[in-house]
Amino acid sequence: MPKYIWKSISDLADDVKSGKTTATELVEKSLELIEENEEFKPIIAVIKDGSLKRAKEIDSAIKSGKKVGRLAGVPFIAKDNFLVYGADTTAASNILKGFDAPYQSTAINKLEAEGAICVAKANLDAFAHGSSTENSDFFTTLNPHDKTRVPGGSSGGSAASVALSLAPFSLGSDTGGSIRQPASFCGVVGLKPTYGIVGRSGVVAMGSSLDVIGPIAKNVEDAATVLDVISGKDGLDMTMIDRDKESYSKLDKTIKGKKIGLIKEYMDESVDPEVIKVIKESVDKLVASGAIVEEVSLPLSKLGLPAYYILCPAEVSSNLSRYDGQRYGYSYKDAKDLSESYMLSRDVGFGDEAKRRIMIGTYVLSSGYYDAYYKKAQVVRTKIIEESDKAFSKFDFLVGPTTPTTAFKIGDKTGDPISMYLSDLMTVTANLTGCPSMSIPAGEAQGLPVGIQIIAAQRKDRELLGFAKGFEELN
Amino acid sequence: MKSNMTQITRNDVLKLAKLSNIKLRDEEVDKFVVELDAIVNYVEQIDSVKIDDLKPTDQVTGLENVTRPDEVIKYDSTGEELLKNLPNKDGKYIKVKRVL
Repeated sequence: MPKYIWKSISDLADDVKSGKTTATELVEKSLELIEENEEFKPIIAVIKDGSLKRAKEIDSAIKSGKKVGRLAGVPFIAKDNFLVYGADTTAASNILKGFDAPYQSTAINKLEAEGAICVAKANLDAFAHGSSTENSDFFTTLNPHDKTRVPGGSSGGSAASVALSLAPFSLGSDTGGSIRQPASFCGVVGLKPTYGIVGRSGVVAMGSSLDVIGPIAKNVEDAATVLDVISGKDGLDMTMIDRDKESYSKLDKTIKGKKIGLIKEYMDESVDPEVIKVIKESVDKLVASGAIVEEVSLPLSKLGLPAYYILCPAEVSSNLSRYDGQRYGYSYKDAKDLSESYMLSRDVGFGDEAKRRIMIGTYVLSSGYYDAYYKKAQVVRTKIIEESDKAFSKFDFLVGPTTPTTAFKIGDKTGDPISMYLSDLMTVTANLTGCPSMSIPAGEAQGLPVGIQIIAAQRKDRELLGFAKGFEELN
Repeated sequence: MKSNMTQITRNDVLKLAKLSNIKLRDEEVDKFVVELDAIVNYVEQIDSVKIDDLKPTDQVTGLENVTRPDEVIKYDSTGEELLKNLPNKDGKYIKVKRVL
């Protein structure tokens, strides 16, 4: 496990600005760590020349007394569904292999404007469909704590990268748990912000009413710093809402007097008893610090997953219709006409999980099935939101495990799509409600990390980060 | 509303593949019949929920009809850069297989 410990993001940038270190040194260190840890396979592409060039630009700007940003010289890693200059954007899919983006995602632009430097693109389940990186069309990332286990997914490469200390932070995307579940499996901090406070332009779309992007970091403070930079106006994403007027780094760590709901349905027999034990110990720590913890029943929470597996594939089937083999990406060479070119490019270019989701999405949106599946799932979503609103009228935060188990063995769930889906059982609800949610390391079960999930009401991201920071300091 | 468990058949999968513009190979069809059937039966759990007369949710933060001014934004990429990812091209044109 990590031999190298990065200072906090703010301290690193301060060191670069004061001349204690240079952007070039930080980038070189990150590139060296990436090379040393290749055996875990967290990375799809390294942006070596581009990142060193940017580091030199920042160093010479500092030398000539020019103003540099608050993340000056800080290296980071982006999930490979973010469009970034200097490396292909594949979303770990064969159909996008070799795609050289002609523009960059807003989140990357915002980080670069503050002086951060993208050094590599991380592995994921192709198109972010999955919970283990085993659905990557290229290779599976190994869990840094146990090479025979998955790192979680879909942002598995991003989470493993931070656990291995390859860079101080990474970016992920979360449609049903894809930031929080791998963060839990890898023992790092993962934040899914409120839907709409971070612009998604230039991130490969999956389920647009659910997709959120956010940071994976080694601690809450760094996650807050990154959120503060990437949130706010995009200009190209029309689903955005206003971010907090205060800085997300301005954290209130108070635990005393906070009302916490421990979600009953996430603590039942479907969850590994070892995981429950760790969560109970965390709750005891919160109580000892003055939090008021009560059990809360959310009976609809377990219907979140089946509703999600109607809504998400429906949106996937629409978003993935753009991959037609004509304008970019893989194109089947020997098709006899245009129609066959579409059909064969998509058969060869898409992996099994993408095909499953496209076909399920097409099914639930078909005439005759639309009301029974898609519309009904949208109504279930309304009911789940009402249940969540009711809980937040009583509690400041809801807590429970992030995942039902610790990291599972590679190959354990690949033969059964549903068993793979179930690993997102406790995370999908926050995507359906749009609420911010984090996974914070809470302890270990049989040597593997266990994450506690903390959920707040919509737009309470700063409050969530503050409470998470308070919890982190108890450990 | 369906009362019984749905059974996904080989014909369903072939039809869905066609609607999805994916030409499946035979061995794929057999596999997807089993998998899609399991998924559809799993998601049918939501049948147990009484939906009363609640409204469907398609947007969670309450936004409606978001518009922006129709302004020209400067774009740095050259035409050539925009065409660099074309799998088949003829000069500045996208080249596709015959349509009919």
